[in-house]
Amino acid sequence: MTIAASTQLICFLVLSSVIVLGALGVVLLSNIVYSAFLLGGVFLAVAGLYLLLNASFVAAAQVLVYVGAVNVLILFAIMLVNKKEDLAPIPGLTLRRLLSGGVCAGLFALLTRVVLTTPWADGPEPIGEDATIRIGEHLFTDYLLPFELASVLLLMAMIGAIVLARRDVQAVDPGTGEVADQGLIEKARTPLLVDQPPS
Amino acid sequence: MVTLLATSAPALVSPGLDLERSFSQALESFGLSEQAARLIWLPLPMLLVLVAAVVGVLVTVWLERKISAAVQQRIGPEYAGALGVLQPLADGLKLLVKEDIIPARADSLLFTLGPVLVVVPVILSWLIVPFGQNLLISNVGVGIFLWISLSSVQPIGLLMSGYASNNKYSLLGGLRAAAQSISYEIPLALAVLAVVMMSNSLSTVDIVDQQTGAGILSWNIWRQPVGFLIFWICALAECERLPFDLPEAEEELVAGYQTEYAGMKFALFYLGSYINLVLSALLVSVLYLGGWGFPLPVEWLAGWLGQSVDAPLVQVITGTTGIVMTVLKAYLLVFIAILLRWSTPRVRIDQLLDLGWKFLLPLALVNLLVTAALKLAFPVAFGG
Repeated sequence: MTIAASTQLICFLVLSSVIVLGALGVVLLSNIVYSAFLLGGVFLAVAGLYLLLNASFVAAAQVLVYVGAVNVLILFAIMLVNKKEDLAPIPGLTLRRLLSGGVCAGLFALLTRVVLTTPWADGPEPIGEDATIRIGEHLFTDYLLPFELASVLLLMAMIGAIVLARRDVQAVDPGTGEVADQGLIEKARTPLLVDQPPS
Repeated sequence: MVTLLATSAPALVSPGLDLERSFSQALESFGLSEQAARLIWLPLPMLLVLVAAVVGVLVTVWLERKISAAVQQRIGPEYAGALGVLQPLADGLKLLVKEDIIPARADSLLFTLGPVLVVVPVILSWLIVPFGQNLLISNVGVGIFLWISLSSVQPIGLLMSGYASNNKYSLLGGLRAAAQSISYEIPLALAVLAVVMMSNSLSTVDIVDQQTGAGILSWNIWRQPVGFLIFWICALAECERLPFDLPEAEEELVAGYQTEYAGMKFALFYLGSYINLVLSALLVSVLYLGGWGFPLPVEWLAGWLGQSVDAPLVQVITGTTGIVMTVLKAYLLVFIAILLRWSTPRVRIDQLLDLGWKFLLPLALVNLLVTAALKLAFPVAFGG
């Protein structure tokens, strides 16, 4: 075995163990902040796997989108609403854990079976640095419709976020059910930090 | 330094100057295999760039002290070395021997990991900075995109250290840093996209090559003046330099996410922010100021002197001027950044976010659209 091949193997083993252990940590740790940081680590390790497969553009996009945007927003949400509260114990927690563990084990067995029985064909040769151009060509020719549909989806999500954030466009506050103060945003001088909204 | 992938290079390196090949051949003559020789070669350019980055930081810290002193009509550091040039070393040594304090109620694991996560992506980004045609660690195809995606990892480190400090000022500083970084990344990426569209490549070497035709006149700053301003403003915001240093605004947040840090961990933040500043300046010079290009094309100069571009001596001189020009342009920008820091007031957080989302983002989109239109209309001047 050459040095390059063994380096690749070592990288693969390290990255996959990081992914498996990190993903287990994300699910099993009770501290939600640790889970979120571990999720970032898992995303980074997946990007590493893409790099090993010669897909550097996909790897960079993975880091930018999943680590730089999704994971940062998850952390943001956790840290902005980080209330220290003791959760009420759920009845029958042990049974629930056993059941979900059983379902997961069954799914794992099924997937292992599929992996072992599928005759994996060797994929096409990796094209390396030309991949960026090829991705662009495909996105604007034969995958144009899914690409445009994804942008419509993002637009819908954005409009939804704006509607949720700008309560003045709604008659009723979606959080509390009270009648929304229509002029809250326009009246910049209104003290927003008092407990009772000014009447 | 390293010479890799001389595929698209117009002037090929003559065999005697290819350090990697000479080094490998020397090792192979001792009986090592080709791969082992490559393995020994690989860390050397990385180490060189790391040392260059740290020395660049020391110079920048000294400049910051001296220029701030000049702006405020003081003398500045004077006793440590001639003109105080050893002052940054003294600062570093002081931080090195200070006690490493972890607050009692802090999360010690995340507290330690935070600064590391801030520094590592910045140093990794030096991978793509070219100092000459073949003078970079790796001419990766995704080039400038790699830098954008790596710089998006940094806010996680800031959030981590802000959270782990168990201090409300730290947490607010970390949240502000992440919000600022996310808002300014989008116009930054759009400004880069306009340049990438003109050079038809993400690779930093190709971006500079596209600007070499007619010396100073072919630099991207003339074709992308708006993009240059957007990029520079966003780069300052990403580096958390004044007027955008809200995450560590002293009057409001003590020192933001750095409040609880001391000793070497604080030094990592300090180092990271200055490495990031130098890196941003280098990338501005690569993207808009012609990278290693001399204001007059080297080919013309060599032609006037009756020398071939491929002659070894000319190549050594070209390489040296390339490094000098890159560093010179970068430090000119660092000088402007320092002058801005000591002469402009800090913006408020709402002004910062307004500027990013309501002004720079639409402007960057318009810039991208106009660049695309100009590229279709005048393919000769805007990269067909």
